[in-house]
Amino acid sequence: MTISRKYVTPGELIVEGDYKPINNIIRVDDKFYATKIGLAEIGRGGIRVIPLSGPYIPRVDDPVIGKIVDYSAFSWEVDINSCFFAYLPAQNVFGRDFSPDRESLSKKFSIGDLIYAKVIAYNRTRDPLLSISGPNLGRIPKGEILKINSAKIPRLIGKKGSMIKTIESATNCKLIIGQNGIILITGPHDGILLANRAIKMVESEAHLASLTNKVQNFLSESKEV
Amino acid sequence: MVELIDEKGLRMDGRRVDETRPIKIEVGVLKNADGSSYIEFGKNKIIVAVYGPKEVHPKHLALPDRSILRCRYHMAPFSTDTRKHPQPSRREIEISKVISEALEPALILEEYPRTVINVYLEVLQADGGSRCAGITASAVALADAGISMRDMVVACAVGKISGKVVLDLDDTEDKEGEADMPVAIMPNLNQTTLLQLDGILTPEEFEKAFEMAVNACRHIYEVQRKALIDKYFGEDEVGEE
Repeated sequence: MTISRKYVTPGELIVEGDYKPINNIIRVDDKFYATKIGLAEIGRGGIRVIPLSGPYIPRVDDPVIGKIVDYSAFSWEVDINSCFFAYLPAQNVFGRDFSPDRESLSKKFSIGDLIYAKVIAYNRTRDPLLSISGPNLGRIPKGEILKINSAKIPRLIGKKGSMIKTIESATNCKLIIGQNGIILITGPHDGILLANRAIKMVESEAHLASLTNKVQNFLSESKEV
Repeated sequence: MVELIDEKGLRMDGRRVDETRPIKIEVGVLKNADGSSYIEFGKNKIIVAVYGPKEVHPKHLALPDRSILRCRYHMAPFSTDTRKHPQPSRREIEISKVISEALEPALILEEYPRTVINVYLEVLQADGGSRCAGITASAVALADAGISMRDMVVACAVGKISGKVVLDLDDTEDKEGEADMPVAIMPNLNQTTLLQLDGILTPEEFEKAFEMAVNACRHIYEVQRKALIDKYFGEDEVGEE
């Protein structure tokens, strides 16, 4: 069975029959309706809608880029571009034997700092918890920040990271992508500008097929000029 | 007494009894809102902004298992013939409540616990039926914000003027007529989310009026859908195979 795709709006009937709903689908008897605007995919695994807009809902293990907005004696509060503020406990930074008497949180991160972190715990009943232990995680020292809709991040990454690799190699920049829709670009000035335009292009044309080729053409054309 | 229907059966603005005013919907008109839309429903002009889901303030209002929906219907001082005081009136507060109750059944609020979704409707020009136009535009703005919805919500009014059941009353018809009935439906799930009636209709007239309203809603739903498709997918409507 081939995968067929269709543009849908909320409430639109996708298909009737015996299928498994994966996400952004509601089922009424044997009818399946979309709950978001996006691309409906009917495949072997079931039916799902890939949304084209929507808020960022954290998931465990998501890498995110956030901004420190406040701190208390035991944790930092981080704005991760979601409907919830995330918490970064001091224990996850200083180690388990952290004591507020010995270490001061403001020395490590101050308000306004940007961090690259990972969501280590989240569910419906609690706010997301972050950690910065891992390669590349921690404070972001430099670079250009770009914000796009978080629903379009999977498109920007591409199949097995193909889209990122394309942009990175054409612009000599390094991209760090937060699942919450915030992207950090570091590299030469011209490259940053070009990468910026390429990312904006991905965002505006996220629903189109063979996007990687389009971006590739765009990048090679821009380079020649 | 104003003559609302002439001898040819046409209304004051030249419409037939079962005809709506021209409708135009635009999506994503406000850059800083999470979702937005603009509707022109005849002479009604309404702009809608959706913000959220986001943290609830004051925090004690938050619900542990779902999001809360807050709507604010507001008429601009210049939206009517005589200046309207900008302070929310009794009527506006009531319409805000009615709109939020008409939209709520369509939203899957359980997906966003402990948050709030704010919908701001600003009426720039009013000419009767602005609550219906507001509901229609709000549903589009909510879809633009990417909030999970069971279905879209579409609304249209029906009423009775000069003894005849007519569709989509304008301001004069509403004031001079005998009855006004706003109806909001979820077109795909076939459910009604709003049904108000101001005036008196016989059971037969009600049946007829309700059917007219539902048919009009289905027509307006196509306009809503087209506005969303145009914004998100451009011209090619079918999708990829």
